[in-house]
Amino acid sequence: MNEKVYIAGLGIVSAIGLTVDETLESLKATRSGIGPITLLETTLKAAIPAGEIKKTNTELKQMLGLDVNQSITRTSLFGMMAAREALQNSGVDLSKYRCGIVSATSVGGMDLSEHFYDDFNADQTKGDTEGVKGHDCADSTERIANFLGIKDYLATISTACSSSANSIMFGSRLIKNNIVDVVLAGGTDSLTRFTLNGFNTLMILDKEHCKPFDAKRVGLNMGEGSGFVVLVSEKVMGELHKKPLAEVKGYGNANDAYHQTASSPDGQGAFLAMTTALAMSGLKPGDIDYINVHGTGTSNNDLSEGVAMQRIFADKVPLFSSTKPFTGHTLGAAGGIEAVLSVLAIRYNIVYPNLNFSEPIPELNISPVTKLMENINVRNVLSNSFGFGGNNSTLILSAC
Amino acid sequence: MKAYINSLCAISPADTFSGEFQLQVSETAYTSDFLKCIEPDYKEIINPNLIRRMGRVIKMGVAASLKCLKDIQLENPDAIITGTSLGCIEDTEKFLHQIVINNEQFLPPTSFIQSTHNTIAGQIALMLKCNSYNYAYVHRNFSFENALLDALMMLTEQPAHKILLGGVDEITEVSYTIMQRLQIYKSAKDLSPDVFRTKTEGSIAGEGATFFVVSNSPEKAFAAIEGVKIFYKPLDETETQNHINNFISEHGLSANDIDAVIMGYSGDSRYDALYDKMADSIFAHNNIMYYKHLSGEYFTSSAFAMWTAAQMIKKQVFPDAMKYRFVSPKAVEKVLIYNQYKNSEHSLILLSE
Repeated sequence: MNEKVYIAGLGIVSAIGLTVDETLESLKATRSGIGPITLLETTLKAAIPAGEIKKTNTELKQMLGLDVNQSITRTSLFGMMAAREALQNSGVDLSKYRCGIVSATSVGGMDLSEHFYDDFNADQTKGDTEGVKGHDCADSTERIANFLGIKDYLATISTACSSSANSIMFGSRLIKNNIVDVVLAGGTDSLTRFTLNGFNTLMILDKEHCKPFDAKRVGLNMGEGSGFVVLVSEKVMGELHKKPLAEVKGYGNANDAYHQTASSPDGQGAFLAMTTALAMSGLKPGDIDYINVHGTGTSNNDLSEGVAMQRIFADKVPLFSSTKPFTGHTLGAAGGIEAVLSVLAIRYNIVYPNLNFSEPIPELNISPVTKLMENINVRNVLSNSFGFGGNNSTLILSAC
Repeated sequence: MKAYINSLCAISPADTFSGEFQLQVSETAYTSDFLKCIEPDYKEIINPNLIRRMGRVIKMGVAASLKCLKDIQLENPDAIITGTSLGCIEDTEKFLHQIVINNEQFLPPTSFIQSTHNTIAGQIALMLKCNSYNYAYVHRNFSFENALLDALMMLTEQPAHKILLGGVDEITEVSYTIMQRLQIYKSAKDLSPDVFRTKTEGSIAGEGATFFVVSNSPEKAFAAIEGVKIFYKPLDETETQNHINNFISEHGLSANDIDAVIMGYSGDSRYDALYDKMADSIFAHNNIMYYKHLSGEYFTSSAFAMWTAAQMIKKQVFPDAMKYRFVSPKAVEKVLIYNQYKNSEHSLILLSE
């Protein structure tokens, strides 16, 4: 059980880049991916910006070398791109090890299901059933597994916006418990009318660029994409003959048990997730160099998360920022995407700016990083991901 | 990795909520397209103020969970781990419907809020004020098996934990219609449990909510869980046989030591043949049981199979309703569950006395 789990590869697709390199470039140039919606067919597109990936499904299929006539969800396409990059980046030879995949998504293949439903709703004998076959959350996971040739363990997790932090947690445990040697862990989600309208009905979408941890924050921007890491055991890491990108040092999941969608005023779930992860890592709060906060930009989340951070770190809250003003909130993919960004912070000794911030939240006494910081020693990063149903997850990733 | 089942509760089409092991489907079960759960009176289990806002699958999951906890006076589990492949499809359909008919304007948020796959796990936590670990696995026929492995690993990591573990899925008219168009389901109408072996294409759809409390404590245990294994898209029958044989031998057993093999016969001729092949090869001398004529086919039905296996062990019976090929009466000490969906996601769960 004391087996260490290392991260050997990274893959990421979001509105700020289709690869790790493109993503880094955008981050360093403080180039946000938030803008008008142009591809998703929605009546909300004139009013609400998002972090949309400006590639059509046909273009994505071409990039993956797939038959363009094949019915395959956008969620799967993003997942395949990020997972392929992560696996290639890791250098792991799948044939040598027991390999699993743990993926996550909030609404799976809803992007094609809602097209089906447009026709089906009027006439139950209508609608392209090829599209609805990929509706369930496991479809994208199996597509990725089939694409890459992974079959020793498969799991899919859906705990709303904390989903893919949970897949990295479960993936790490599969290695520690000697179920498999290598796990591709992360998540994927595409923009859909379903989720866009869902958040719109809750009145938590910002019609401008979101402003996490700002006094005048009014809501989130949605995004889409995928983030995967390749988790490996100590033995596999040794055989890769390269330095690990990071170690998964700690993790924690707790339930806020306060409200189905809202976070508690004292941030109890977030507090427990962070303290559990810290205890497991053996690190002291003062050892954390950077927090990649959940920081959606909603009034409720940022206050609750900030309160929880102050409960743990008191007046020594580490450097922190939300990267959602770059990528948008990618829901089930957010934990995976932000884990990749956290590892890049360690790898390149950078801390990302929290865009659009100007004024601290009056109830708190903390402010995020607002300018890109380079040449700064980043050894331990704490990454938060919280979701509906009170689901709170924290990962601690450390330099090796 | 071993654990004990300290409490259990199943809401199923076979009238199982009370804990009785009679396995009777309602008289009307086989007069409709799919098997629906015989649901308890929720007012006696859940706060009536909360019931109104809950979708049916949430009520089923919450009620089965609460009963499970109440039976052993456990107030706050150390983890809540659920498997649900399709989650809250009724609410998902409702919200999709509202988007279409209202053209994305003035939508009520309730069904969106309740549509997330972790709603059931989250609602249980909320009602119990339970801050513990809370997960929802959503991988087709692996959903419950993922959850079960999580629980078993957790009991090696945290030996004192008492874990609420469950599998829950619902069927709706709309999901049935779509799955029928995809040629996954056939209508249960005009069939009867007796003629469940009719070899035609398509399975009989069903649903259920099955929950357990599992721990390392053998106190008042129904049965012990020896292990769970999944395998994906085996290349051929030989690979399937190898996985099954390896799983049995990993537990220091041979096929003849298994007192009953519960197989996931779904009524679909295309995939039931595989069970027959295993029954005629590896398990040529074993008692073969089946259960999906009582639960219907759904992605977390192996949770219901585990409920029947635990009951068989606790009550030391081979229920007539589940006998598929009964060879010999004996003590029920080792029960193996073998389930697969379209020869894609296969799973094995071993229970012992």
